[in-house]
Amino acid sequence: MQLLHDPRTIALMIVVPCVLVTLLKYVFNGQPRLFDSLAPMILGIFPLLMMFLVTSITTLRERKTGTLDRLMTMPISKLDIVFGYAGAFSLLGLVQACVVSAVALGLLGVTVLGGAASVLLAAVVAAFLGTSLGLLVSAFATSEFQAVELVMPILMPQILLCGLFAPRDQMARFLQWLSDVFPLTYSVDAMRQITVHTTWTSHFVRDLLVVIGCAVLALILGSVTIRRQE
Amino acid sequence: MRSFCYTAYEMAGIISVRDLSVVLGGRFQALRRVSFDLEEGKIVGFIGPSGAGKTTLMRVIVGRQRVQSGQVTVLGLKAGAKELRPRISYMTQEISVYTDLTVHENLLYFARMRGLRGKEALTACKGVLGQVAMAEKSGVLVVNLSGGQKQRVSLAIALLGNPELLVLDEPTVGLDPVLREQLWKLFRELAASGKTIIVSSHVMDEAERCEDLLLIRDGKIVAHDTPQQLCEKTGTRTVERAFLKLAGHNT
Repeated sequence: MQLLHDPRTIALMIVVPCVLVTLLKYVFNGQPRLFDSLAPMILGIFPLLMMFLVTSITTLRERKTGTLDRLMTMPISKLDIVFGYAGAFSLLGLVQACVVSAVALGLLGVTVLGGAASVLLAAVVAAFLGTSLGLLVSAFATSEFQAVELVMPILMPQILLCGLFAPRDQMARFLQWLSDVFPLTYSVDAMRQITVHTTWTSHFVRDLLVVIGCAVLALILGSVTIRRQE
Repeated sequence: MRSFCYTAYEMAGIISVRDLSVVLGGRFQALRRVSFDLEEGKIVGFIGPSGAGKTTLMRVIVGRQRVQSGQVTVLGLKAGAKELRPRISYMTQEISVYTDLTVHENLLYFARMRGLRGKEALTACKGVLGQVAMAEKSGVLVVNLSGGQKQRVSLAIALLGNPELLVLDEPTVGLDPVLREQLWKLFRELAASGKTIIVSSHVMDEAERCEDLLLIRDGKIVAHDTPQQLCEKTGTRTVERAFLKLAGHNT
């Protein structure tokens, strides 16, 4: 609801990813096949990155401005707040994913054998993960500045090792292990699965379940950091 | 045993605090073995310099602050009990309002959090906005309001849901005299209808308007009395003088 009054944020959240995907197409001007395989992976990263930032900053603001103090003295449960957040931002992630996917699949001609609906599903799951991580991280940041900086240690390694820059099996062994425990790897892998398979493979389902599992875990840890009594 | 306890609490008043100690951040002793009882339907002032422990005491009463030792009973229940939440409201010192929403959206959101739905919620929002004289600002984004107006929105939220106990942390600080007078009139009306209002302030002239005063200094209660009796006992003319005398300053 707060976002409806902030057209600039909406523009940044929806238009910018579209522009970036388009940019990517022309970066790989001479290698259209490469772009076709990279673009879906990007569609798995954007919602996560975006929702991570948005959630960590909004939650931090709640903690700082006293609105959380106020909410905590009201007759609502903590789970309502946490799931309210997760639900609202996942929905926002869905809107973002719809537009960006439409641009990628429609205008830029990226072919995804698994169909647009599967792409959207994977994108929403990625957004859910981003929200949950953002909620958790907001507990460790004392300013909005820090919340943004936490993208570097928390999301950048995941983006570097998820298989976007180099195939995972060509990385050093210990990096592969690291990559195996990062949830983003599974989100990106899910996107790759639906790019090359017409139906849902068990691999794809496993990927989604891993991401959802990590998100729920982060959400539970995050709700522990929101304490009724301080 | 239970019912006995309940009666004992009832007799002790709407809020009963016994030997309360609070340590903040593991080091700072914010409250030291504080004990007092408050009666129902009064405007109670928590008065003292900044850092005295007023806000901490308020946070304990609304159940937001963990305590080290002591018992705190609010409306016959242990402070922080779930059943208390619909019956009390808390206005924090900082303006705890979403600045990127309109006044009406803020109220509606918190009305929902208080369990009000549909028409009921809308009527409640309109009502409290009228009480703080902000009805004409309903559609304005909070970020575009002045400081005093924001504060009144925050107060309006605390009025939602007809709570029996209102804990207001510096509700009138920084407001102009006319507005302050209006709000004190509102507080008196609320108290007359049986509600208990706790107001904190470091401005002493506010203290004279309260029916019951708790002078707090360095985490201790220096005095607990009506403003008149306080002045009589200390032989001073104003609460400010009384406080200075109690604090050991000879003027």
